[in-house]
Amino acid sequence: MTEPILEVTDLCTHFFTQDGVVKAVDGVSFSLKPGQILGLVGESGSGKTVTGFSLLGLVDPPGRIVSGSVKLAGEDMAKLSQKQLRQLRGRRISMVFQDPMMTLNPVLTVGEQIDLAIRAHNKMNKTQARELATAALTRVGIPDAETRLDSYPHEFSGGMRQRVAVAIAMIHSPDIIVADEPTTALDVSIQAQILHEMRNLARESGTALIWISHDLATVSSLAERLMVMYAGKIVEEGPTAAVLRNPRHPYTQGLLNSLPAMAEPGHPLQQISGSTPSLLALPPGCPFAQRCPNAQSACEEEVPLVQEGESAYRCHFPIGGTA
Amino acid sequence: MLVMSVIVFVGVYAIGNPLEVLIPPDAPQDVRDFIIARFGLDQPLWRQYLTFLVNVLQGDFGYSFVYNIPVLDLILSRLPATLELASFAVLGGAFIGVPLGVYAGYRPNASSSKAIMGLSILGFSVPSFWVGLILILTFAVSLGWLPASGRGDTVEIFGVGWSFLTLNGLSHMLLPGVNLSLFTLAMMIRLARAGTREIMLTDTVKFGRAAGLSESTILLRHVLKLISIPIVTVFGLELGTTLAFAVVTETIFSWPGLGKLIIDSITNLDRPVMVAYLILVALLFVTINLVIDLTYRLLDPRLGGRSA
Repeated sequence: MTEPILEVTDLCTHFFTQDGVVKAVDGVSFSLKPGQILGLVGESGSGKTVTGFSLLGLVDPPGRIVSGSVKLAGEDMAKLSQKQLRQLRGRRISMVFQDPMMTLNPVLTVGEQIDLAIRAHNKMNKTQARELATAALTRVGIPDAETRLDSYPHEFSGGMRQRVAVAIAMIHSPDIIVADEPTTALDVSIQAQILHEMRNLARESGTALIWISHDLATVSSLAERLMVMYAGKIVEEGPTAAVLRNPRHPYTQGLLNSLPAMAEPGHPLQQISGSTPSLLALPPGCPFAQRCPNAQSACEEEVPLVQEGESAYRCHFPIGGTA
Repeated sequence: MLVMSVIVFVGVYAIGNPLEVLIPPDAPQDVRDFIIARFGLDQPLWRQYLTFLVNVLQGDFGYSFVYNIPVLDLILSRLPATLELASFAVLGGAFIGVPLGVYAGYRPNASSSKAIMGLSILGFSVPSFWVGLILILTFAVSLGWLPASGRGDTVEIFGVGWSFLTLNGLSHMLLPGVNLSLFTLAMMIRLARAGTREIMLTDTVKFGRAAGLSESTILLRHVLKLISIPIVTVFGLELGTTLAFAVVTETIFSWPGLGKLIIDSITNLDRPVMVAYLILVALLFVTINLVIDLTYRLLDPRLGGRSA
């Protein structure tokens, strides 16, 4: 078995707001092998994006990582200085964001932005950097890359812009890319393209991907393992096929049922009743209990993570019964 | 510009009759009539305006009632003094204010940032004549380091004198320059801070950090360029305003610039000077705004100018 490239143990990232402590990420543990693709699924506000930022050490105040550890190739990132962290970001671990419109700087050419990313870690002259940038753009499927370097982001289409962002994230062939809903802002047809390209690129360079999404359908076509997150906790994880075919947590079941593909034509889509609880006032025990069809009084107690072969879930009354 | 000229002309006409100031009360009637006829003051307003307009189109703004030399020459002789003082003040204010503002926006909670913001509030709220007097009192009277009035030694270039090229001239310029720059400084601090704070929260910055860019690269390359548009706008407006209306400072420091000229002209009801001055100021603002608009195109590629 290969050593994991990333090991996250009991990560807790809390936001200290005026109204109280928001436990955005509350005891998340997982590990990632080199080249593996991990899907992280959950509703808005479930803590998946904050998990991503925590991995890069990019949590903005008032939030901070209060406990747990993130080990990149065995090295604890919490022990690194800001400067050392910066040297890891972009080189060993990088990130692609949801909306390329917001991430690229509208007043700098694409070439300048790639150039900045190159020189953040690599002292090289303008010509070399330009060659590398051209190669990077060509790799993500942008035609006529050399001339496109001098274009501004607004001269690209949405999909092309996201390709540029991907090129920037991949420029130093990092070990891990955290992809935070990188296709959500794009057309469906472009989504599939980007999805496949990122998978192929990851395969070529041996980069592991953490694919964050609220869209179970997209993630399941891509990821080898799935993690389902709810209210800051991982409620279920396992190999993608197992989770999809045999969900153990009622929340995962609910997500699956609400996929349009699962609905009978002419019948309304199923939905999970209620809404996500406020992270400021989480009920004791299972945070999903109030919305759960199977909830019983035992659900008000702390729920341990139950290991089951390669999978794990956090529920007292899993679908299909306890093992 | 035409509308502007009408408004100015009629407005100045309404202020008062310059004859009361110009002609000694005991002058005989024939002298009175001669002067009135010579300046065309016996004509109805619309005819005066038409004559004026025709002359202006030929580059002739008329003669000053008081100095009896062509108005244009008068204004041009005063222009360099104001030009250099205002540029000194506005450039200085911008070059010091923008970095301070960016810093204050980058670390909004640091005590040094709060000190900077305090400074900018002072710059806004303390009246400039008071600051001017305090500056004179401190540096000219008590410490005796810097001269308090006049332009000092000048160097002739293009037939006009400039102070900023001599050490003595620069030392004369320092106090009024600092005085004049305070408002610009305060404005630039505020603008740069607001812009920086806003941009530091965007995904652009976060993406830059995720790519491993250093904080100084993010500030210098990303933030500075993104906040430049409002900064350039205000810079232009400030330059225009300072050029045209540095009245208070120029009066306090006896700086022989345009501000002093216009005040003197208003007191003396020197109509041609007032009219010409105000029209030039309008021209100045139009020009500055044009230059700003052209600069936008350079700064923000989204505003067209080049095709995809």
